[in-house]
Amino acid sequence: MAGTPEEHADKKNIGIKINHLDLTVPEGITILEAAHKAGVKIPTLCHLDLHDIKMVNKTASCRVCMVELVDSKNNRNKIVPACVTKVSEGMEILTSSLRAITTRRMSVELLLSNHPNECFTCPKNRECELQALAAELGIREIRWEGERMDYPKDLSSGAIVKDSNKCIYCRRCETMCNEVQTCGILSGIGRGFDAHVGPAFNIPMVESSCTYCGQCVQVCPTAALTEVNHTDKVWEALNDPDKHVIVQTAPAIRVTIGEMFNMEPGTIVTGKLVTALKRMGFNTVFDTDFGADLTIMEEAAELIYRLNNNKTLPMLTSCCPAWVKFIEHQFPELLDIPSTCKSPHIMFGTIIKTYYAEKNGIDPDNIVIVSVMPCIAKKAETKRPELTKDEHNNVDIVVTTRELGLMIKEAGLDFESLPDSEYDKPLGETTGASVIFGTTGGVIEAAIRTAYEWITGGELKKVEFEQLRGAAGLRKATVQVGDKTLRIGIASGLGNARTLLEEIRDGKAEYEAIEIMACPGGCIAGGGQPYHHGNFEIVKKRQEAIYQEDRNKKIRKSHENSEILKLYKEYIGEPFNDTAHRLLHTHYEERERI
Amino acid sequence: MTKPQAIDVNPSFKENLPKEKFDELDSFVNNLETTRSALIEILHKAQKIFGYLPRDVQLHIARKLGIPGAEVFGVVSFYSYFTTKPRGKHTISVCTGTACFVKGSDKIIERVKEKLGIGSNEITEDGLFTLKDVRCLGTCGMAPVMMIDDKVFGRVKEEDLDNIINSYRNKEL
Repeated sequence: MAGTPEEHADKKNIGIKINHLDLTVPEGITILEAAHKAGVKIPTLCHLDLHDIKMVNKTASCRVCMVELVDSKNNRNKIVPACVTKVSEGMEILTSSLRAITTRRMSVELLLSNHPNECFTCPKNRECELQALAAELGIREIRWEGERMDYPKDLSSGAIVKDSNKCIYCRRCETMCNEVQTCGILSGIGRGFDAHVGPAFNIPMVESSCTYCGQCVQVCPTAALTEVNHTDKVWEALNDPDKHVIVQTAPAIRVTIGEMFNMEPGTIVTGKLVTALKRMGFNTVFDTDFGADLTIMEEAAELIYRLNNNKTLPMLTSCCPAWVKFIEHQFPELLDIPSTCKSPHIMFGTIIKTYYAEKNGIDPDNIVIVSVMPCIAKKAETKRPELTKDEHNNVDIVVTTRELGLMIKEAGLDFESLPDSEYDKPLGETTGASVIFGTTGGVIEAAIRTAYEWITGGELKKVEFEQLRGAAGLRKATVQVGDKTLRIGIASGLGNARTLLEEIRDGKAEYEAIEIMACPGGCIAGGGQPYHHGNFEIVKKRQEAIYQEDRNKKIRKSHENSEILKLYKEYIGEPFNDTAHRLLHTHYEERERI
Repeated sequence: MTKPQAIDVNPSFKENLPKEKFDELDSFVNNLETTRSALIEILHKAQKIFGYLPRDVQLHIARKLGIPGAEVFGVVSFYSYFTTKPRGKHTISVCTGTACFVKGSDKIIERVKEKLGIGSNEITEDGLFTLKDVRCLGTCGMAPVMMIDDKVFGRVKEEDLDNIINSYRNKEL
């Protein structure tokens, strides 16, 4: 609920009654907030308060939180929405009167009268807030049968599915897309019965400037916005005897996938995850952390190259494909500042289909690489033409944490009781530096750990850079590296990224290095992660777990990963050389803003 | 069953949209004291200048004001006054409100469609007419009613249609 105690500290207290109970509450809060303080639950649907990332959806469009206000003077009680009605002195509120209950129930029945009855086959089955609400309010029949929406499903992006027939017009996605991510892709369109949410001119998502960050998917209460499901492709590959199927899991998966099996948020399940993947039949189970270590080698080398040769600064990290697409659409004039490094899973895919394939005598055409990602944008990233060179896709299939969770269930594995096992060698060795890629601040900290030792030639005594950590969406810090002071900016959430980029474009601030992650909080809160249903405490626990996993690692700097060093010695040569450019770097292009 | 409002994703109309018109729109916007909350006013002006609001004009306004194209389109698609298709020189509005409907306006509009060879909200090939079906023009006593531009035709009979339409065609000769 909104409103920390400090915020209300200077507010006057007033007396109100909720369900005949006398209460003293701060002036100016909503009935919903007051009820929450009093331990009274009022059901909500469109309302969403993500205080930590400064997003509050207050469209009051669903009419599910209706309560009765007593007006004994005129003997005419009123029905009002609790989420936007503020308390006033002497207010008497009834949340469970017959009238309040029947009004709320009718609101849900009306929503359901124009909602596809396909819970059985719906991707949000058991995750849907409308479904949960119908159960909670005891809806047993839908009394009205009327006209229904009939929009085609938009699968054009290959990443996000927009199914407007399931839209209840809560407009959480619009608030997220416009106010938090500042992409402005989704807007309310049309009026009356034809009203729906979509991009400008009803263009398909693929033609819009959507970054596919998937934060709209995270907040959608129904299945109006979901990810494109690629699990069948994975099952097909696993059951094809001619294919050598290699899976890699992103840093942020090990601290979130447990939630798919009702484990405590923040439980580290790395060993169980590897066992599950092996039992599902993957030929080889690798860790994207290896790709992250490789990224650090290249990114730190690129940063040092730019610092020493008076090249464009700041350097921006490029691991996040949603962020990359954002800058291509929104700031095409700044395309020379992101690092040219491919993202870690794409780098790793390239190394598997070249170095690893050669070494093990496997035809790269028979290798299928599956990336398990916390991310929806990675699905679209793998289809970028420059990343599908030489007829080999660097990565063939991307599934999200949620999709893998469902596959593990489908495979009949009792995840919680699985024993631990280790990632496969040789490309399974990883460091603490690569684990923290999963959280905001982690990529830049990992890069600094390496850049520090390369620049100074000395050993870094304390690998933790506390000044780079935190949960705030926009952070600035300086790190002293030898005689150089590096000014560092960190943004998570595209709105915060926009603020940083505008400062850079307008010459208002100078930085040497910047880390950007599209999702508020970083990959631990990615669009493909288990639904947090608005509870950001879950994301904080995931972040703690990531740092714990870093502390658990023997090696915590990417350039000390022995398999990485071997890869450079045997195959690439020096970081940032021609071979590295050919295999591990990419380029960006200007895109239209619609 | 209802479908999304059919809005053509117009190919670039730039060749038909002269630069002078964009300049006129820009100078209007530049002379506004503030562009905050001025979107509807700007759209009205744009429709007056261009005759309609094609995609390029909407995007131009969005970029000029620094707001998302989706937001502009959201407003354009909300108000029926705004049109995203070019209008003919003359707009024929046939009332299909209750009173006119009872008096047979469904047959009137069908006959007009046949005679012009277009459907509702479409423009004739020669660019002369746009046909719209509208609700209540406020002169139910004269049902069935149709309007061409600002002129009202009451108690319209199917056999009158040729004369009415031809009188506008002949004006062009």
